[in-house]
Amino acid sequence: MKKTSRRQFLKVAAAGAAILTTGKASASEMHQKVNNNTLSMLYDATKCVGCKACMAACKRVNGDYGSLSYERASFDPDGLWDAPQDLTGSTRTLIKLFKESERDWSYVKYSCMHCQKPSCVSVCPVAAMTRDPQTGIVDYNKNTCIGCRYCQVACAFNIPKFQWDRALPQIVKCDLCKNTNLRQKGITACAEVCPAGAISFGKRGDLLEEAQKRLRENPGKYLNHIYGEKEVGGANHLYLSSMQFNKLGLPVLKDEAPAEFSEKIQHTIYKGFIAPVALYGTLCWIAVKNMRKHGPEETDHHKDTDKQGGA
Amino acid sequence: MGHGEYQKHEAKIFTPSFIVLLVLTLIGFFLVALRFIKGIGAVSNMSDGYPWGIWITYDVATGTAIACGGYAMAILVYIRNRMHYHPMIRSAILTSMFGYGLAGFSVMVDVGRPWNAYNFFIPSQWQANSAMFEVALCVMAYTTVLAIEFLPAILTTLENTKWEKAQAIIAWLNPRIAPDKEALQQKLDFVKAGAAWLKPRLDKVLIFIIVLGITLPTMHQSSLGSLLLIASTKLHPLWHTGFLPLLFLINCMYIGYSIAILESVISCYAFKRPFETKELSGLAKIIPWLTGIWLSVVVGDLAWRGQLTKALSFDFYSRFFLLEFCLIAAGSFLLFSSKRRESIRWLFVSAALIVVGGALYRFNVYLIGFNPGKGWRYFPALAELMITVGIVAFEILGYQVIVKILPVLPRLHTRQQLDATKEAAQKA
Repeated sequence: MKKTSRRQFLKVAAAGAAILTTGKASASEMHQKVNNNTLSMLYDATKCVGCKACMAACKRVNGDYGSLSYERASFDPDGLWDAPQDLTGSTRTLIKLFKESERDWSYVKYSCMHCQKPSCVSVCPVAAMTRDPQTGIVDYNKNTCIGCRYCQVACAFNIPKFQWDRALPQIVKCDLCKNTNLRQKGITACAEVCPAGAISFGKRGDLLEEAQKRLRENPGKYLNHIYGEKEVGGANHLYLSSMQFNKLGLPVLKDEAPAEFSEKIQHTIYKGFIAPVALYGTLCWIAVKNMRKHGPEETDHHKDTDKQGGA
Repeated sequence: MGHGEYQKHEAKIFTPSFIVLLVLTLIGFFLVALRFIKGIGAVSNMSDGYPWGIWITYDVATGTAIACGGYAMAILVYIRNRMHYHPMIRSAILTSMFGYGLAGFSVMVDVGRPWNAYNFFIPSQWQANSAMFEVALCVMAYTTVLAIEFLPAILTTLENTKWEKAQAIIAWLNPRIAPDKEALQQKLDFVKAGAAWLKPRLDKVLIFIIVLGITLPTMHQSSLGSLLLIASTKLHPLWHTGFLPLLFLINCMYIGYSIAILESVISCYAFKRPFETKELSGLAKIIPWLTGIWLSVVVGDLAWRGQLTKALSFDFYSRFFLLEFCLIAAGSFLLFSSKRRESIRWLFVSAALIVVGGALYRFNVYLIGFNPGKGWRYFPALAELMITVGIVAFEILGYQVIVKILPVLPRLHTRQQLDATKEAAQKA
């Protein structure tokens, strides 16, 4: 027994060592290229007046294509207003007001961040979430989605939403009006209708320059941070604000994409599918050898078990 | 693979427990129907913050670990060459088959768009970066492998049965609607001959399928841990580590051996058979090694990442971590003593501690340690729980029925003979 326990130990220890080395490897190679030619939006919270024209336009334009619907408030039985309280399976974009005191408050707009290395795309088992390498748009295809909601688990911003109340549900998230406004007018609906100039639309590189210019020319007005520039490996949705971003519901995140870490480990284990095949081969060899030893006794219904007991 | 080492359990099928389990199963399946008509939100408390609830956490992530008895036993018998455990393997495979089959069923209840699941078989949709893709394919393959591994039990029965019940029903039917006896007998003979033809051929290749049945769980049990690697901002640092795949793999092994002990004790107790003490204490000897490695990896990793103080801070997360840790440590500690390993009572207690602790680890990773941000809360709804209860009830129900119609449990007289010969050998 002692011998075999040691064998077991060595086996597990070897597996542990293998995973340990992958962990180290994943920590060292954490750089990835950022594409600054992708389509992008810059939201300036200090310019936003909270009129919610962007929310209305998004639902009007994407309602049919994106399976969005109006959400009633409890005080409004006639359904006069669309009153979503959060991003939901019916709402792709949302304006919220965060009030710290009478003097300190800020609006914030929520919608998909369109990450450069999106977690949702990395985890989707059937490639229903995709990222267009040219435009950078992270898009969702309901025709392949199985509704496993792994994208929701993976997204650090909690952006993808699921239609919990429907028998035939889908995932809902912003696709930069890819098949609606962007195709027809070359601009997203929210950016098109914003009356205060709080939402700019363009190439990521241009918008980053614009954001840096605003930071330079208005010292003291903004926090000196462009949210989305480096978070999770860079996002195409950029934010400027005078208030701490985590107070606005935008989480404090590291610069490395979570998908880099998980993919590195998964890729190391399954590189070229060598490890599983090797495992299968080795186990087969051992098992067949073991069976051969017992071959002739097999038919005798194991009357010989006592011999193997001490083996 | 001698088929003579197994036997049917001769007992009534329709017992009181059968009725209770059937009622629970029917309630569960009624709620499943409701979920498909009114949407997942109608029966569950899952939300956009907690998109995975008790179905994924228990039925899939924990249920498949509890169904690892077949995996653990197969390693022991075929890889570590402990052929004297072979009589225990068929019931372990049966429970694994139920565990995995019903985990697959729960996934189909849980996913929002199950009609799109065919995309798993379309190579252009494959997404090798996704741990979920690996888990899904592996679990489907393994469930098939388990069914093939179990096939000899069915073939033996098909070959040897005299179809007495079926004949009785036919005789009882009105002659006008009863089928032609001659033709039916011919068809039954054909099935018999088919089973007799297939069995030796299957026996020849079965070992390669069994080894596949060892490789696949090694892959997907570790991937069940990999699933949460990406949630680096949501999973508490006590559990989020690059070692998740390794920890899940070892976790499923010691749960597998422990559950094999529990299953044997419970079914011997329920079916009034003699306890398999000798085999069980042999199994119990392996467990402390596995848990020992697991616990050292956990502690070493926490120390390496500088999270030991968090583990001992006694806040909400720390308490659940310590509970999980202590359950497993206590169970393993009990098993270090060879005296306790000979006692069915202690075997049962320590195996139960380890299964509960090991399952709690999976709950901690998938639910308790998962925090998507402010404002989100999750506790399963009653209907959601009842679906899980219904699925578990169906599992036990199926096991109860199948051991009574197929040769699954170890043959008793063979075992007693073996014990006798063993003692004689020891004396000699």
